Amino acid sequence: MFKGVAEGDVPAEVIAEEQRERKGLFGRLRRNLGKARLAVRDGLKSALYVGVDRRLYEQVEETLIAADVGVDGTIKIVDELERRCTAKKIEAREPFFEELADVVAGALKPEDPERQRIDVSADPSVILVVGVNGTGKTTTIGKIAFRLRQMGKTPLMVAADTFRAAAVEQLSAWADRAGCDIVKQEAGSDPAAVVYDGVAAARSRGADVVIIDTAGRLHTQVNLMRELEKVRRVIEKQLPGAPHETLLVLDATTGQNGLRQAQEFKQAVDVTGVVLTKLDGTAKGGIVVAIHDSLGIPIKLVGVGEKLEDLRPFEADEFARAVFGGGDEDGD
Amino acid sequence: MFDALSDRLQNAFQSLKGHGKLTAEDVDQAMREIRLALLEADVNFKVVREFVAQVKQRALGVEVMESLTPAQQVIKIVNEELTTLMGAGDSKLAFSGRAPTIILMAGLQGSGKTTTCAKLARHLKKDGKRPVLIAADVYRPAAIDQLKTLGERVGVPVYAPGADLDPVDIARDGVEYARLNGDVAIIDTAGRLHIDEELMGELARIRSAVKPHNILLVVDSMTGQDAVNAAEEFRQKVDLDGVVLTKLDGDARGGAALSVRAVTGRPIKFASNGEKLDDFDTFHPDRMASRILGMGDVLSLIEKAEDSLDARKAAEMEAKLRRAEFTFEDFLEQLKQVRKMGSLSSILGMLPGVPGMKELKNVQVDDRQLDRIEAMIFSMTPRERRNPELIDGPRKQRVARGSGTQVQDVNMLLKQYREMQKMLKMFKGGKVKGLRLPGM
Repeated sequence: MFKGVAEGDVPAEVIAEEQRERKGLFGRLRRNLGKARLAVRDGLKSALYVGVDRRLYEQVEETLIAADVGVDGTIKIVDELERRCTAKKIEAREPFFEELADVVAGALKPEDPERQRIDVSADPSVILVVGVNGTGKTTTIGKIAFRLRQMGKTPLMVAADTFRAAAVEQLSAWADRAGCDIVKQEAGSDPAAVVYDGVAAARSRGADVVIIDTAGRLHTQVNLMRELEKVRRVIEKQLPGAPHETLLVLDATTGQNGLRQAQEFKQAVDVTGVVLTKLDGTAKGGIVVAIHDSLGIPIKLVGVGEKLEDLRPFEADEFARAVFGGGDEDGD
Repeated sequence: MFDALSDRLQNAFQSLKGHGKLTAEDVDQAMREIRLALLEADVNFKVVREFVAQVKQRALGVEVMESLTPAQQVIKIVNEELTTLMGAGDSKLAFSGRAPTIILMAGLQGSGKTTTCAKLARHLKKDGKRPVLIAADVYRPAAIDQLKTLGERVGVPVYAPGADLDPVDIARDGVEYARLNGDVAIIDTAGRLHIDEELMGELARIRSAVKPHNILLVVDSMTGQDAVNAAEEFRQKVDLDGVVLTKLDGDARGGAALSVRAVTGRPIKFASNGEKLDDFDTFHPDRMASRILGMGDVLSLIEKAEDSLDARKAAEMEAKLRRAEFTFEDFLEQLKQVRKMGSLSSILGMLPGVPGMKELKNVQVDDRQLDRIEAMIFSMTPRERRNPELIDGPRKQRVARGSGTQVQDVNMLLKQYREMQKMLKMFKGGKVKGLRLPGM
């Protein structure tokens, strides 16, 4: 999940647990999506009486659209699938699904797999967390801090959401749960000033990862986006090379607007990765395909629940198989 | 990023220009564009399918096939169908004869329930009601603090006994508190996933404990295809009376609104569109229809044009044009018709795509240009208006003086007139077949 955590620092049971959870996560994801998958497969089965035909592709299209992949993304994936199936002369159901999952996974994998990890190798490292309202920024920060604590790091939270009522209290509660320090000021104070304090405090308190919570803002609100740019500038000035990560938190239920969000936030604060939250519902978060494909932003983490440990590294292959079928039959 | 549907339709119908009527293939092409536009607006694909079938049936009818402006007619049908679909049903809250009226707010995490509660309270307060907020979200850290702070800001009492109690008890006691301290009880509940059996069960228990008069589902307007699954689950498990649409100040098309409306059959009652607690209003289905289609106020423009263009006068004009007898008097008449629709800048503002175009933000359309043309024509004698060839040097000077313009301006106008005449003669001579006059 993280880049820059020394192997020796992580207790063996944490590593083992993470591997177990990773399996468990996608099993759960499969179960949640099971109904949708079965419906698709039933539909596909009948279509398969005559092999891989037009109707089958239409149903794949529908599945992708229903997963919020979007019209352009869907057309791209289906074209690629068709090309490969023709080249490989695929005519049966299982290899067809394998191919589909492969195409989807391919669209989600950065060339350099390292880019999918969160870089905390600098000391201190700064992680700036941004996103529109209600995507789960504060919760995500709580979970990241918890993970870092498990791996022997000393995270420090910075409560720069000074706008929303009780946002600071909410982050404080997560800091208690994760067992880490928090830098905060009064509600309504200048977020850039809070961030300045936070980065300074990291040095004096010996924290090695600073995680900054910002107020949710719609990407269309020009003034609030400027404010965010300023926050980033303040960090850069104070600590050259920082922020080392700028994570965009995206709600998996988001539709086509997710791409606009990613575009605008990327332009304003140079997003380095996406955290896809709320995957424990029935939404599939397919818009990340478009975000990775057209903006080159890797998906780094997924949120699958409300508990501290419900934050996992993103795995393109398993994600694609869990959402769109393929692989073994027993998953559901 | 998204092409406005109206532009797409205009393109789809482009091929028609110059050859007769709409064919079934033309209509199919148009339906394809509508389908794509709706999918890009996050309308659920099943809803899209039904909707397009409905529109197609009407589009194949006489009203479009016979029309001279098929693209506009199709847009109109789409908009009418959308508005009907979204607007049907009562958008008002149910008020109880005996206070307090109870409103239960429910929704997924992060949809904006707590903020919406406060905005609704403020809205009702402005209407002379005395709302009370009840903090029944005991799960999200600091949710209670948030509601307390917001309650203070809108000047409404908040019943918040703490996070250690059962939300069902909080809701029940809160209603009792509202009976004594106000006349509307608004219950804020924790965000929950529609597939979370335990929390959905809790919501159902709150419902049977307080028997709310209104159960409102708060839906984020940026939601994608999954919106219908969540909404339908909420409807089945706790039964909804309506929907509040949030975060409409973003640039999401808001197809979720249409999907949720179509699938649950429950009306959208309110829309929330900004960070301020005032940014909240009753829902306008017509505006939402235009938004989903991304077409500005093109409908009002079409309607305005229909209202202001006198059909009989238009027919006369057409006949004149066909005889190439178009004079400055006719031109003046045309000008008057256009101006009935409003100022040029307001017309421009209603065109799809234009209000959002950055390049056009600072452009002020010069309505005075039309004033000048009008003034020049008014400065001509009636004989000159009918026979512009009469206008020689001295007459030009007189017209310029009379209208407060320069001789060059008069020359320009005359030149434009002559070019128009030439074109009309070409049409008359049959060199260009199937002429269709714009706007007629």
